Amino acid sequence: MKYLSEFREANLIRGVLEQIHQISTQHWVIMEICGGQTHSIMRYGLDQLLPQNIELVHGPGCPVCVTSIELIDKAIAIAALPGVIFTSYGDMLRVPGSHNDLYSIRANGGDIRVIYSPLDAVRIARENPDKQIVFFAIGFETTVPANITSVLLAKSLGLSNYSILVSQVRVPPAMHAILNSPNNRVQGFLAAGHVCSVMGYWEYLPIAEKYHIPIVVTGFEPLDILNGIRMVVEQLENRTYKVENAYSRLVTEQGNIAAQSTIENMLEECDRKWRGIGLISLSGWRLKDEFAEFDAERRFSVESITPEESPVCIAGLILQGIKKPHECPAFASMCTPEHPLGATMVSSEGACSAYYKYGRKAMAI
Amino acid sequence: MTNYPSMESPNCPTPLPHSDRIVMGHGSGGLLTNRLVKQVFMPRIGNAILDTGDDAALILDNLKNSYAVHKLVLSTDSHVVSPLIFPGGDIGRLSICGTVNDVSMLGAAPLYLTAGFILEEGLDVKLLEKIVDSMHIAAEEAGVSIVAGDTKVVQRGKADGLYITTTGLGVVNYPNNISGASACPGDIVIVSGTLGDHGIAVLAARGELGFSAEVKSDIAPLNHLVQEMIAVSKHIHVLRDPTRGGLATTLNEIAHQSRVSIILDEKAIPIKPVVAGACEMLGFDPLYIANEGKLIAIVAKEDATYILKAMQKNPYGIDAAIIGEVHEYSSAEVLLKTEYGSTRILNTLSGEILPRIC
Repeated sequence: MKYLSEFREANLIRGVLEQIHQISTQHWVIMEICGGQTHSIMRYGLDQLLPQNIELVHGPGCPVCVTSIELIDKAIAIAALPGVIFTSYGDMLRVPGSHNDLYSIRANGGDIRVIYSPLDAVRIARENPDKQIVFFAIGFETTVPANITSVLLAKSLGLSNYSILVSQVRVPPAMHAILNSPNNRVQGFLAAGHVCSVMGYWEYLPIAEKYHIPIVVTGFEPLDILNGIRMVVEQLENRTYKVENAYSRLVTEQGNIAAQSTIENMLEECDRKWRGIGLISLSGWRLKDEFAEFDAERRFSVESITPEESPVCIAGLILQGIKKPHECPAFASMCTPEHPLGATMVSSEGACSAYYKYGRKAMAI
Repeated sequence: MTNYPSMESPNCPTPLPHSDRIVMGHGSGGLLTNRLVKQVFMPRIGNAILDTGDDAALILDNLKNSYAVHKLVLSTDSHVVSPLIFPGGDIGRLSICGTVNDVSMLGAAPLYLTAGFILEEGLDVKLLEKIVDSMHIAAEEAGVSIVAGDTKVVQRGKADGLYITTTGLGVVNYPNNISGASACPGDIVIVSGTLGDHGIAVLAARGELGFSAEVKSDIAPLNHLVQEMIAVSKHIHVLRDPTRGGLATTLNEIAHQSRVSIILDEKAIPIKPVVAGACEMLGFDPLYIANEGKLIAIVAKEDATYILKAMQKNPYGIDAAIIGEVHEYSSAEVLLKTEYGSTRILNTLSGEILPRIC
């Protein structure tokens, strides 16, 4: 198997679509948690192929979008310091903070480097012993193991010039938040396959039980997504509320035990603000005290930054699945990828960017 | 735990248009580049020829003296690729092919080139010799002469090894006006081969991404291919090489210039599996990745088959394929029909997706 064409095979996809059409008898609202899934849905136009009574709403699973403005402002403040090399995944450079973005800092002389792996940040730290190297460690459970392994590596190399600005968030608290919201419309979840490849899906069993909601661990290819939808619809129609795994080629119930034990050793749960949503209790992780020296927030005095959000876009409602991107008055007019009003339009995983990129501005679907 | 969000800040901050300083996105070939051209260059140095918005300028078209038996075409292109040498090519070959191709895209046969070099203090002369040798080989292949040049040296750290700017002059001997503004409803869209090879080859050669891919840049002079196409049809309307911004951005430019919609058939678009795989891994769309040896032709329907066959006989057009059709403008410039029957829009590349590659 090449894992590239098989899960996009048109005949198989038509088959699953047919099954969904056959089994669905009423209106169901299903949320795909992950921004990567949103992009697949838009890229392949999967929502156009579903029965009209299956409504997909797009979840908060875009790490760039939900990173709080405080942390963006802290990143900008650190990146502007002399003697600092600030490293980040590329998307974060365009996300606006209160007054500025990282691109502007770079255009004004800040040393900001786009990297694809946190291990590159450690390499930069080794090569530049007279500089402070900071890595912007953003992401859900998926990115945690690699991000914090960079700290272990830096520690084992005896590097005193490396730290990470931690913005790690967790999916289950966000699911609780969505389901407890008085405005909630979500009746079934496609859980994020990559998150579950690290964490397994044991954490979701109590959620399915408590809220009577089907949760299906789902991948990112068209066939994966349609299969996930089929399994959720089947449960909804049969009034069952289980956690099922439609991504077994990568995910087990237990997940990646080694990664989970690294997380347990190095991180502790903390409250995190989600941009556009607000504070969700115990929805994130931070470094434990014994790794304090690698925590950029503690190394650089940036605790006292007060951000300013200006009221323009509806990213918060979109991230909770209450509104769709094209329902925002600014969508594709005032707000475009090159002139974003919110992070959901910036990130390649953001729902607004997916709607824009794959043409939902003109098609108005 | 507090279980639901406080909704304290359902808003996002006002954007940053980056109008006061140059950011990397201004060099992407996408919307930021267009905006820079429109806001800075056009109001100051624009004129009727520059305003046409093609990659090359048709000059002396109206000159009525006895020497102007042909129409002349002029184009210029700067090359800043890193690394300087990569699988399938180097900055020298790129600097020749880039300009030869720009001139060719108006249907012209390129004849003469000039080359300007900006060299960084400390550059290895052996490396420079190798790159100039490569320019010579590419120029021979294209059948053009480099007839003027210039060399400047800047301090260490002020340039990335070397930059090369080339300017090319060519003559047109074709009855119709080949231009991005000439696409008509009913026309057929042909691409000369697989897409994304150059961008992925350069990216892999940087070694920064921790992956290696058996893919070579497609850099090639396309002037002979163009002449062979011209020889079989008088109804070629548009030729363009999809460099920065890739197929999607280039087709958007054409559709915009011609005020039409272009509808592509996703499964007909040729992409090498290795390029498709690398793009999947990196989260890129091959339709936005740069090419340096490919062209898009938009041609009259009745001639499409002849032109396609002529292209497939040339080594640089072996994988040529019909990928779509031109329609009256409807909802968007470029639409893609997926294999499953759904449709999506292909927009212009908005910012920077890759480090610089051409």
